[in-house]
Amino acid sequence: MIAAISIWLIPLFIVFVLAYGTYKKVPTYETFVDGGKEGLKIAIQLIPFLVGMLVAISVFRASGAMDAITQFIEPLLFIFGVPADIVPLALMRPISGTGALAITADLIKTHGPDSFIGRLASTMQGSTDTTLYILTVYFGAVGIKKMGDALKVGLLADVVGIVASIVIVTIVFSI
Amino acid sequence: MINIIWMLLFAIGFLYAAFNGTMEEVNKAIFEGGKEAVAVSIGLISVLVFWLGIMKIGEKAGLLKKLAAAFRPIAKHLFPEVPPNHPAMGYIVSNMAANIFGLGNAATPMGLKAMEQLKKLNGGKDSASRSMVTFLAINTSSLTLIPTTVIAIRMQYGSQSPTEIVGATIAATCLSTLAAIVIDRYFYYRRKRRSKP
Repeated sequence: MIAAISIWLIPLFIVFVLAYGTYKKVPTYETFVDGGKEGLKIAIQLIPFLVGMLVAISVFRASGAMDAITQFIEPLLFIFGVPADIVPLALMRPISGTGALAITADLIKTHGPDSFIGRLASTMQGSTDTTLYILTVYFGAVGIKKMGDALKVGLLADVVGIVASIVIVTIVFSI
Repeated sequence: MINIIWMLLFAIGFLYAAFNGTMEEVNKAIFEGGKEAVAVSIGLISVLVFWLGIMKIGEKAGLLKKLAAAFRPIAKHLFPEVPPNHPAMGYIVSNMAANIFGLGNAATPMGLKAMEQLKKLNGGKDSASRSMVTFLAINTSSLTLIPTTVIAIRMQYGSQSPTEIVGATIAATCLSTLAAIVIDRYFYYRRKRRSKP
């Protein structure tokens, strides 16, 4: 059901935006090109971040260290129904956005996008943001030194997001 | 923190390879990993260009403002310490609307403006106010409805249905945002109880 809605959501959204833009007399095509340039810039800027992270992750994985750690914690996680492969992503997600993106890409490549791990990684990556980065940038920019409970609240919400991803993906894609 | 993690990935990888006899694989991984990263980034271009182009139309047509206006009644309850007509409220709802659209580049400047105004409201103190903690809790739990980058990566690795995870992502996003709000309230009331013995 949710998977079926997903397929309709994007086309409907695009049609709606285009129709509304035309109604509001926005030069749709030219505006599109204008906004698209920004997308190009983001993708190019992402390259050094991803190269740095993916090389490090590849080395870590190729050495066999990743497997060793996964095997070590697997029995513990099995009790809670958490697949061990997802743990590195869950740990990286609140710390670094590009780092997590690199792990997501790596998991999707290794397990396939339509596998359970692939879907779970996709959902996890999309459903929470980089807590540490946001707190650093936002508090840093306005000179707040005492963060109060912000870090605790942010990280606890991340835990909920990760658990929710596992539960939701299990339910949605097993029916 | 990220610097240490990055360094450790290499250090542990090389050390483990030295004892495990997988140095050859590690050598290969150094060059393959970089190639993979560039391929992923290039693959992201098509989706990012298309999506940000569409979103720009939505922004120009005033959809972003409409969405922000729709948020005001909710925001009033989320930020009881911010007067409804204060500029801080305007920036907060604009930031939330841009985040929902997936316009990170538009969301950040508005978010920073919101923080500036919230600091003013708090008498310019260098400690976080209640509204700031709430605002950032909502921000860190992510509001993005369509995970464009993830869809692009799924496409690149030949997914049968790259967008099938959108529904699950929205559901998880809603839950984590709701959790952020509830947890934030819990900590606020705990602070209040403690300061009033």
